[in-house]
Amino acid sequence: MLSKLTDNIAALTQGRGGLVWRRLAQVLPVLVFATFVAFALLKLIPGDIALTLAGDNASEARIAEVRRIYGLDQSFISQYLSWFWNALHGDLSRSLLSGEAVATSIARCLPNTVLIVVLAMLISFAIGAPLGVWAASRQGRFIDSVVMTIASIGVAVPNFWLAMLLISFLALQFGWFPVTGAVALSKDPMAALHHAVLPALALAAGGIAEISRQLRAALIELLSSQQVRTLHAKGLSPTVILWKHGMKNVGVNLLTVLSLLANRMLAATVVIEAVFAIPGMGGLIVSAALQRDFPVVQGVVLVMVVIVLGINLLADLLYGVIDPRVE
Amino acid sequence: MTQAMNTALPQPKRPSWLLDWLRRDKRAAISLVFLLVLLLIALTAPWIAPHSPTDQSLANTLQGPSADHWLGTDDLGRDIFSRLLYGARVAIYASLLAVGIAIVLGVPVGILAGYLGGWVDTLVGRMIDTFLAFPAIVLAIAVTGALGIGLTNGMIAVGIVFAPQLARIARAKTLVVRQDLYVDAARCFGATTRHILWRHILPNALQPVIVQVTILLAAALLAEASLSFLGLGIQPPNPSWGSMLARAYQSMELAPEQMYAPGLAILATALAFNSLGEALRKELDPTNNRL
Repeated sequence: MLSKLTDNIAALTQGRGGLVWRRLAQVLPVLVFATFVAFALLKLIPGDIALTLAGDNASEARIAEVRRIYGLDQSFISQYLSWFWNALHGDLSRSLLSGEAVATSIARCLPNTVLIVVLAMLISFAIGAPLGVWAASRQGRFIDSVVMTIASIGVAVPNFWLAMLLISFLALQFGWFPVTGAVALSKDPMAALHHAVLPALALAAGGIAEISRQLRAALIELLSSQQVRTLHAKGLSPTVILWKHGMKNVGVNLLTVLSLLANRMLAATVVIEAVFAIPGMGGLIVSAALQRDFPVVQGVVLVMVVIVLGINLLADLLYGVIDPRVE
Repeated sequence: MTQAMNTALPQPKRPSWLLDWLRRDKRAAISLVFLLVLLLIALTAPWIAPHSPTDQSLANTLQGPSADHWLGTDDLGRDIFSRLLYGARVAIYASLLAVGIAIVLGVPVGILAGYLGGWVDTLVGRMIDTFLAFPAIVLAIAVTGALGIGLTNGMIAVGIVFAPQLARIARAKTLVVRQDLYVDAARCFGATTRHILWRHILPNALQPVIVQVTILLAAALLAEASLSFLGLGIQPPNPSWGSMLARAYQSMELAPEQMYAPGLAILATALAFNSLGEALRKELDPTNNRL
């Protein structure tokens, strides 16, 4: 099993037509276009951008300085190219308000966001996967409909409302968890996890729902297939069928959910962080948007898109490892 | 595959089709009735609300339910029930605006890309991939930050982010349909591209789009609530369910029950949109061999 996987991985990179290279060739234009969109957001500002960027009651000298710093006296394309070039080198310009390098702010905030998103993913798989398998094995019966109802609610519930309910009951009433704030994982791992549990739970509702639904659908399709009927006829037990033959099909489904969830959770975390007062990427972009601190907004948008595209690429490549037939 | 799909396409809809379907599918019926009631509430809010949604009464803050205030009052003494009714207007306006923009932008692009193929399709495909990678709320926040904070700007941004989802679905269906015999036949009879697109491709491509539209309505509602909660959507004193939750958050320790009604309203509405979408998907599914 393991040697087969390593073979598959090796096959991925071989030759010019290797899956890795082809995928990279597909992702790169998307990535470049995404950076262009992130940059072009600035162009949505009505009127003279320099006036907005310089803030209210800015002096002529300050406006001229802003124009020079942000290269606003140059053409749009050359502005974009120099921004892109700097971004490639980790320079995302500076905050208009604090003057801090945007890359520094992001480096400070990103770990808090990543912690709750990763924890939420783990919770989603840990709860969603067994629920999905359970529902599929009792298809059409009571348990199945209960699980599916929970899943429907999990998709429809506003994450931030769930977060408020969790705070109200588990933190304020029972005092099991801290109400708000975050602790860096590097400082105190236990306290960091303790702070991250409630935000991650609120974030995981949609993930649990999505994973249990997808897994149930995939398993039901699998169990009713000709292939499984043959294996049954051969006398294999349902457990063996599920684990040896089922996981390949289901694995591909779970990978699709993974890249879907990465996008959704990064979006949802923006509001969740506001509820829990977590200094993460969400807090960064919301306060920046409210105060029109555009370099920060652009930087956060860029980093989030790069993360989503990176996870999509990873999921695509893992398809190839699980199932080498993938085009 | 294509053969089966076409023979199983729902026949031209008789008026009784809707009633038949709703009688068969209780979940769809309940969802649809709920949404119609919500629409009615949204349209008639000024006449049925017992109080003004914005009148403050600082002597009566954070009250529990009473005969005068059915759901109590918020931290500024405003009637929660009335705000809830007015919030339905915002919810429906915002969802329809975002999804309407997504339809207008996404469907024609998807159909054209799928029909024309070639480099147009490749280019559009890459653009769709790009926009799908942006977390919806994040881009909406960035756009509202640039265009100016407000509900309409936020929902335009959400619509732009949703458009590629519809484009992708319309494109996929167009790729299937354009290979079909009757499209070839139409072409042989000298039908113009415009005629083929309007009369043959569009009606077929719309089916899966309708399902996704219903589900996107729920997503748009949640996006509106999130933006308003963050203070980037509707501006005070106007009520939206999201901004009501933001007020409730402020007084969470004193009056946790403030958060129940607006949250339940969002949950129920999103649930209704999603259930309707799922029911439609099942109903329109060509492999659904019911007699």
